[in-house]
Amino acid sequence: MKTFVCIKRVPDTSEAEVKVDATGKEVDSSRFSFDINDADNYAVEEAILIKEAKEGTVQVICLGPKDADVMIRMALAKGGDSAIRVEDPRIFAKDPLQVAKVLAATIKQEGDFDLVLTGCMSADNWNMAVGVALAEELGVPHAAMVNKVEVLDGKVKVNRELEGGLSEVLEVSLPAVLTIQTGINEPRYAPIRGIRAAQKKELKVLGLDDLGVAEDEVSEANSLIELMQMYVPELESKAEIIEGEPEEKAEIMAQKLVKGGLL
Amino acid sequence: MSNELIKGGAFLISQSNAEDVFTPEDFDQTHKMIDSMSRDFVHDKVLPRTDEIEAMEEGVIVNLLKEAGELGLLGVDIPEKYGGEDGDKISTLIVTENLSLNGSFATAFGAHTGIGTLPIVLFGNEEQKAKYLPGLASGEKIAAYALTEPEAGSDALNCKTRAMLSECGNYYILNGAKQYITNASWAHVIVTYAKIDNEKFTAFIVDGDSPGVSIDPEEKKMGLKGSSTCSVIFEDAKIPVENVLWEIGKGHQVAFNILNIGRFKLGAGCAGAGKYVLANAVDYALQRQQFKMPIAKFGLIKGKVADMAILNYVMESMLYRTGGLIEDLLSSLDLEGEGAGKKIADGIQEYAIECSINKIFCSEAFDFIADEGVQIYGGYGYSMEYPMERAYRDSRINRIFEGTNEINRLIIPATLMRKAMKGEIALIQAAQKLQEDLMMPMMPELSGEVLEEQENLIENMKKVFLMVSGTAVQKFGEAIQKEQEILGRMADMAILVFAAESAYLRAKKIVQQKDETAAELAIKMTECFVAEAVPKFDLWGKEVLAAMEEGDTRRTMLSALRKLTRFEPINLYERKRYIAKEMYEAKKYFVLK
Ligand SMILES: Cc1cc2nc3c(=O)[nH]c(=O)nc-3n(C[C@H](O)[C@H](O)[C@H](O)COP(=O)(O)OP(=O)(O)OC[C@H]3O[C@@H](n4cnc5c(N)ncnc54)[C@H](O)[C@@H]3O)c2cc1C
Ligand SMILES: Cc1cc2nc3c(=O)[nH]c(=O)nc-3n(C[C@H](O)[C@H](O)[C@H](O)COP(=O)(O)OP(=O)(O)OC[C@H]3O[C@@H](n4cnc5c(N)ncnc54)[C@H](O)[C@@H]3O)c2cc1C
Repeated sequence: MKTFVCIKRVPDTSEAEVKVDATGKEVDSSRFSFDINDADNYAVEEAILIKEAKEGTVQVICLGPKDADVMIRMALAKGGDSAIRVEDPRIFAKDPLQVAKVLAATIKQEGDFDLVLTGCMSADNWNMAVGVALAEELGVPHAAMVNKVEVLDGKVKVNRELEGGLSEVLEVSLPAVLTIQTGINEPRYAPIRGIRAAQKKELKVLGLDDLGVAEDEVSEANSLIELMQMYVPELESKAEIIEGEPEEKAEIMAQKLVKGGLL
Repeated sequence: MSNELIKGGAFLISQSNAEDVFTPEDFDQTHKMIDSMSRDFVHDKVLPRTDEIEAMEEGVIVNLLKEAGELGLLGVDIPEKYGGEDGDKISTLIVTENLSLNGSFATAFGAHTGIGTLPIVLFGNEEQKAKYLPGLASGEKIAAYALTEPEAGSDALNCKTRAMLSECGNYYILNGAKQYITNASWAHVIVTYAKIDNEKFTAFIVDGDSPGVSIDPEEKKMGLKGSSTCSVIFEDAKIPVENVLWEIGKGHQVAFNILNIGRFKLGAGCAGAGKYVLANAVDYALQRQQFKMPIAKFGLIKGKVADMAILNYVMESMLYRTGGLIEDLLSSLDLEGEGAGKKIADGIQEYAIECSINKIFCSEAFDFIADEGVQIYGGYGYSMEYPMERAYRDSRINRIFEGTNEINRLIIPATLMRKAMKGEIALIQAAQKLQEDLMMPMMPELSGEVLEEQENLIENMKKVFLMVSGTAVQKFGEAIQKEQEILGRMADMAILVFAAESAYLRAKKIVQQKDETAAELAIKMTECFVAEAVPKFDLWGKEVLAAMEEGDTRRTMLSALRKLTRFEPINLYERKRYIAKEMYEAKKYFVLK
């Protein structure tokens, strides 16, 4: 199996207060620590589990800044074989379609593949789109929100979690793209020995010119979406104090809940 | 980097360069990855099991150590050849910091990887290393270190345990009792000491299941309730002669060298735990509402948060500076072949003063941090339902084990004077030169560069140290040993010089590597720390001089002291409010902006 896994570096927004910077279009990320996107971490583990079971290679791909190298090498330390990081200021990374184009070009440049794994969504942008768009760009089938993978001959059997706890089982012919859900496995920790070995593995850094992608295919100017504004909604809280005897209070409360569609 | 190695203790008599100190901002990719992995491991695996650990549920700590072993976290200081990771001392510090968030686990980990394993790494012969180290690295075997006895605590050489060669000549027969031994109840390997033929103090490697070795019930302790602390009893214990560690009669070399590293690592544990307490306290202060607002908003709480942050910053700065010193020295050595361990031990011995300083400063800083942590939590800080109560109890032992802080305070001037006598550092010359300098007017030229005032004050702190120490040595000569109060103050001064200078050098290095904006927090924390350190030199200086000198000499010296400790006060409140605000926004300790 020749597997690619796409990973993204995201801020840990649970840690510090989220603030929008002066442009009104970017989050002020100076207080955050960054790490691999949660779902991508599961995708890395799944790729390595597949490699361990079926042999083959795992190549890590990341569109992101130099600071992402630590996270990329961590994936190599866990068992990835080599990595490519794409960095080019001309890429409009807020548009999932542009990102998918860049990732597709990177994968195509590396020749054939069997499987591409991505996280099902990124913790910062919540588009849930890159993996699916990537399948389209590569011209291969996909399955999204996958929570179980079994590699068969020439195809994979996957489980998808649907609304209301329903499960769907699909067979998808290879090559294919799967977007991986958190919880599908238990991501391992990179042992120190792996961490040291990872320093010696190949990590290529490429730009648009290396990939043969024209700027206007992936630039902000050519994107069909435009980011208008980001803001933190003001918190509002209204409290209504219900007066009266306990029974009356309960009655009024019940009415209100029914009326509000909460019961 | 200058190529010449910096001598241990030299910081007291010479100026250090920012380029020569290692700082957390110098971590390479491997360091950052080890940091991230070890932190994740503790947050995911250890902290959620705190209650089980504290209840001493069977197997919890031992299994966690094994999991840590699989990741290489127990083998950082062990050569690759014996199943270890052959990591540098910076990695040792990083792992120790991160694995110390729970005190009980930290102690089990520390006793195993530090004082338990290192004697074999550094002083074991080929066979001993091959036999024991792979299991200790993987966590399949747990180590303990049994030096303390009922009548031999600080006075470790007063060891009563005896060893006699058996008639067949194949065994030493050990008799005696060791007390307060960490990991005792689950240790497979115990490094211990006994006097052969009543005189030759010797180290032994004892298998936990050797005949004649028994472990008493658990000690009932104030804190570290999840760690094992028991007496180890030797009753005609049969120890094979090949388990003598290092040379017969040279046990003290093992014992004292191991403590240097133990002290340095204990400092790292306190730093890791200190940052964790701060993060919890900040989180709590932001959530707890009193008087219709988060208590975080109150100036007195901001002051506490800032003080805690400053101490964390200083701890980190001195620890990684020391780690860098040791690493530079070790990488200058040829560490191939049999004698390598001893060379490493001697190398670390070079920085015995710095190791003791780290131990004292960090254990006292963490005690302060845990105490203020309780205070920020108010009544909840006193309740076992919240984390501060345990942090407060767990912190206390750090001032006692690995050499009490009193013993470590005595080590600092004693080592310094020994180095001066041997001509290893030019202490006497520096003291003489100071006499001349003090005659000159002291108005340094300030060019307005950031932190230059602090730099100048730190140099003055060194001068006070030299003035006081020089006078004391002149006056008492050898008999200074009996003047413990003076020796203690000399140590206090040396500690604060190293602390303040490490803080200053790190801030300066951030300015050099990045810019003043990135260094803003580091600069403000350094300014606060120095502003609060200098008056102590005034106080301590007066105290010691008043005990030693009289009349005109005293007056002259006090006037010199006044000049050396004079400085323009800065607005501490404004700076501390800023520091607290930054910690609140990040909800944790951080430095680099
Ligand atoms: C939880 C715990 C875990 C431990 N783990 C281990 C372990 O794994 N292995 C091990 O070998 N030991 C261990 N110890 C023992 C520890 O190292 C000793 O308690 C410590 O060295 C102090 O010895 P002591 O208790 O006999 O105190 P003492 O030496 O009696 O000291 C009492 C007081 O007198 C002071 N004092 C002593 N001598 C002097 C002096 N010359 N000048 C001035 N003041 C002096 C001390 O500073 C202290 O304040 C542990 C202890 C505890 C509590
Ligand atoms: C063992 C024990 C016994 C007790 N017994 C009793 C009892 O018998 N009866 C009883 O009524 N209560 C009792 N208490 C409660 C005790 O009086 C409270 O815990 C105490 O008043 C602190 O209140 P708090 O815990 O809510 O802390 P908080 O008020 O939340 O304080 C938390 C921190 O914020 C600081 N802070 C709060 N407000 C300000 C401000 N305006 N400016 C600056 N700093 C501020 C505090 O000084 C503290 O450091 C007991 C508590 C304990 C632990």
